[in-house]
Amino acid sequence: MKFTWFHLMPWPNLAEDFRHEHRSVWVDLPNSVFDPARGHEVYNEYLDQLEYAEQLGFDGIGCNEHHSNGYGLMPSPNLIAATLTRRTSKAAIVVLGNSIALYNPPIRVAEEFAMLDCMSGGRLVAGFPVGTSMDTNYAYGTVPALTREKYAEAHELIIKAWTEREPFAFNGRYTKLRYVNCWPRPVQSPRPPVFIPGGGSVETYDFCLENDYNYSYLSYTGYLRAKLLMDGYWERVSERNKDDSPYRAGFAQVICVGETDEEAERLYAEHVSYFYNRCLHIYPGFADAPGYRTVKTIKAGALSQMTRTASEAIGYMSWKELVDDRYIIAGSPETVRQQMEELIKTLRVGHIFCLMQIGNMPAEKVKHSSRLFAEKVMPHLKNIWGEDSHDDRFWIHPLEERAVPAPIPVAATAARPAMVAE
Amino acid sequence: MIDVSNGRAQIRVFEAGKGQDLVFFHGAGGLMPDDPFVARLAQHYRVHAPLLPGYGDSEGAENFRDMLDITLLAGDILDALAVTNPIVVGHSMGGMIAAELAAVAPQAIAKLVLICPAGIWLDEHPIPDLFSLMPHEYPELLFHDVELGTRLITAGLDLENLEFLAEFLITAGRQLGMAGKILFPIPDRGLKDRLYRIRAKTVIVWGDEDKLIRPVYAREFSGRIPRAELVNVAAAGHMVTIEQTEKVVAAIALVA
Repeated sequence: MKFTWFHLMPWPNLAEDFRHEHRSVWVDLPNSVFDPARGHEVYNEYLDQLEYAEQLGFDGIGCNEHHSNGYGLMPSPNLIAATLTRRTSKAAIVVLGNSIALYNPPIRVAEEFAMLDCMSGGRLVAGFPVGTSMDTNYAYGTVPALTREKYAEAHELIIKAWTEREPFAFNGRYTKLRYVNCWPRPVQSPRPPVFIPGGGSVETYDFCLENDYNYSYLSYTGYLRAKLLMDGYWERVSERNKDDSPYRAGFAQVICVGETDEEAERLYAEHVSYFYNRCLHIYPGFADAPGYRTVKTIKAGALSQMTRTASEAIGYMSWKELVDDRYIIAGSPETVRQQMEELIKTLRVGHIFCLMQIGNMPAEKVKHSSRLFAEKVMPHLKNIWGEDSHDDRFWIHPLEERAVPAPIPVAATAARPAMVAE
Repeated sequence: MIDVSNGRAQIRVFEAGKGQDLVFFHGAGGLMPDDPFVARLAQHYRVHAPLLPGYGDSEGAENFRDMLDITLLAGDILDALAVTNPIVVGHSMGGMIAAELAAVAPQAIAKLVLICPAGIWLDEHPIPDLFSLMPHEYPELLFHDVELGTRLITAGLDLENLEFLAEFLITAGRQLGMAGKILFPIPDRGLKDRLYRIRAKTVIVWGDEDKLIRPVYAREFSGRIPRAELVNVAAAGHMVTIEQTEKVVAAIALVA
């Protein structure tokens, strides 16, 4: 198993009556709600947490891309990843990912990911999401029905830019470049492992299988509701006669660990409630711009979360309901271990994206929960798919010898005024 | 069904009536087979009402991506219909397409009627985001008589029923997915700089109570099209064709 400690970077100061004052946490939430000075603290706190996760022994640390979003302060995940390259040394840096249809020209992604791979010594996991409708269509203005075609073309360009060793011309419909020449190029050859976060699009299954990309389902609704979707994925794997390596698939899970079940509730209930009640308050009109999904995907189902009743209900669920219905996995290390094992086996996943900073959860609690998970849960799950099980196709290949940031010489700081005087 | 644009689109055309040829380009909401406005027009004209790809059983949406593609598609449809000196009428998005075609091929269109067309954006009068609306929000924006609109639009809608929801999403996805290529996220593809090319005798029709594209836009169109006459219609919203059908029919007669 590979465990990635994943940060959504939520804004932690949404007001109590937020749901009544604003129709959506995403797209049109005014930035007057954001306080930059508090933002300074929040970014630093969140980066500390990601760095701490490496110390705890998580295999990866991760972030993603959202725009105009009150629960995801990462319009540029590559900036977050860049800072992580310097204060971490072992963990995979999992960027899940860059919404490649939004970059103009998309060669920018090939370049920045290559920089991150070089800076980190080959620790980059490169995620290529199509992007949600909220981000891609409403916040970034991409025409819904053209989003997938644009995405496919950007993907083709990026992979070719990484693998070609001579400049080439790229005559795409959306991007025309006379000289494609990706400097730098990634450490990992022929490319960093690629992860595709998906939400049930049938086309995405095939895309992952054709390219040996990991398919990861990022959901906040837990593993019981994910079963149907993941079953569909594994059926497709078998139809396409691909091997069923669990590392082909990943799942994101909200996890809260306390010393006991009671402690978990006492420590984390208010923050979980903040997340489900305030952070996931999304105006349904933004959820799915017409034309963004293909007819094939709509026909395949996965619509149950889209009725107004369903989307409203989730905001008012109690701790007990969220735990009993397995939206979240929370409790003592033993409770969490049992449920995690059930998750991993029933969904058949080799990668877990652990969501452990939830909503407005303060740093001390985040550390407590993460440490308990790393020390008392993770070791029991590590070998679920066999002793030292691993799949080379779906993980990083860092350089054996990696550079270490040099200490900043004290003398240089002292000498600076003199140099200015010269 | 007609095959147009070198085989890239298969277009359903509703045809009815006798008399002078009239081609009607529908708005983003599409056209029902028993559309009362088309039925009324058929009492005076030989009406041809093509459905764009993505609407009804017309196919080929994936082959048309931008304003030029869709403008030329409209031109190909006109050619395929083999009409003689037709009155070209367009409502909302259909008006945008008709105006583009009349600007791109000014010799081809001599009689033009634009009913509250899309295609121009004024920062001071932003057009509501049609694409993020929930179905229950449509009547208020589209109709002067909101009750009538509610009856027409949301009658029989049950969005809590998953089967119905899937059908609804597929239809909306196909139709507005196509419309989005020229209307999303801002319904402006540069038309205002091309309107001067239109040579057709033009009538512009606007409902006084249009809350989707405000009547202030009527002045933009009539000021930029050389031979344009503006007809304002009282007690009508964006669906002026339904709310004041007779007034619109009378306005069309001005170019006939």
